[in-house]
Amino acid sequence: MRKISTKKITDVVSRLVLKANFSLRKDVLSSLKRAALSEKSPLGKSILKILIENARIAEKEGLAICQYTGIAVVFCEIGQKVHVGGDIDKAINEGIRLGYKKGCLRKSVVSDPIIRKNTGTNTPSIIHYSFNKSDKLRLTVLPKGFGCENASKVFMLKPTATEEEIIESVVGAVKEQGADACPPLILGIGIGGTLDKAATLSKEATLLPVNKTNPKKHLKRLESLILKRVNETGIGPAGLGGKTTCLGVNILSFPTHIAGLPVVVNINCHALRSAESLI
Amino acid sequence: MRKIYLPLTEEIRESLRAGEEVLLSGKMYTARDAAHKRLYEAIKKHKKLPLDLTDNVIYYCGPTPAKPGAPVGSCGPTTAKRMDGFTPALLASGLAGMIGKGRRSEEVKKAIKRYKAVYLVAVGGAGAYFASKIKKANILAYKELGPEAIYELWVENFPAIVAIDSRGQSIIKE
Repeated sequence: MRKISTKKITDVVSRLVLKANFSLRKDVLSSLKRAALSEKSPLGKSILKILIENARIAEKEGLAICQYTGIAVVFCEIGQKVHVGGDIDKAINEGIRLGYKKGCLRKSVVSDPIIRKNTGTNTPSIIHYSFNKSDKLRLTVLPKGFGCENASKVFMLKPTATEEEIIESVVGAVKEQGADACPPLILGIGIGGTLDKAATLSKEATLLPVNKTNPKKHLKRLESLILKRVNETGIGPAGLGGKTTCLGVNILSFPTHIAGLPVVVNINCHALRSAESLI
Repeated sequence: MRKIYLPLTEEIRESLRAGEEVLLSGKMYTARDAAHKRLYEAIKKHKKLPLDLTDNVIYYCGPTPAKPGAPVGSCGPTTAKRMDGFTPALLASGLAGMIGKGRRSEEVKKAIKRYKAVYLVAVGGAGAYFASKIKKANILAYKELGPEAIYELWVENFPAIVAIDSRGQSIIKE
């Protein structure tokens, strides 16, 4: 067994909070740069240039890319040969608290969804655990703003739904609220499993490189059709028109029940932030 | 790009056209949900407001805490539609312009035309970039609201796009 201390986990998480909030993911930045070259709308082009300049200033000055620093979603992948001496949940949340404090990042978490009192620490975070056979521990921090989280949607489609119905559901969600969710957007889509499985997959899909092509041929096709159709809406950067409404689509799928076809679209703004570390 | 010096007089407002990019310099005010509710209630009760709205611009923004030595932290625009219910009353009281992101209601669009005001869009999610355009910040009112307090911001070459002009023309994709 390889021992990893809770202190180490806290340190790494707090560093990942700062990294995710201050330095835009390289894949997101390069897709913004590509879009700035190909966008035809002059207004859209100048908006994309501002976003690229924003990422440069944020990294240089140690400022939040966006002031909406979100609720932290943490993915923790634990190798079975790892032993953590202590409370891992507590260690992760302590890292979140320290990171948000150190970075002067906004605290946006309320302790109860109905009573709504701010916890003042941006904790608790949403933690997803998974296991593998290694002797390592992988931590990923994804700060998620709610402007775009609120635009996300669940569709429990019929098992007989056509490819076109899946595309229409996703494009419909973008048309409905995408303009207010800080486009150009990045879509993470979960298909299959159960409602909760599809939702988790949709979130995991946002961790994949923006322009990654799906290894499954039918999903690769679906990703490119959705991307094309979303960009045909003309919503454009900041919702002011243009061909860049979406920078990329990633789909993750899972076996499902004969009677259903869950589809979850997790909408992300252009400031898609995450950082990971392997301990 | 056209440079505009605040306050935003009627003459300037009438000359702005939807789709135009501008650089704003001078003093503007921040206010978001909670401050809007308070201003709205004060207007309804005919109470004195903490600021004179005439020819002034409100930026829908709640900055992150400032690092030592900086006037503000990241400060991009927030979603404008949450202010829609309060905006017509503020425009009737002299407010000249709003800066935010996203769509507005039909009522707001009508009120903008009626009072010859203007709605500008700032690029959402560019918080660090906008921080670099703010030279000085000062809490003016409702300090207890924290990031939702009303700040006076002195800006220099703050870029914005005219999204709804004083004639009611809009470039926002519905």
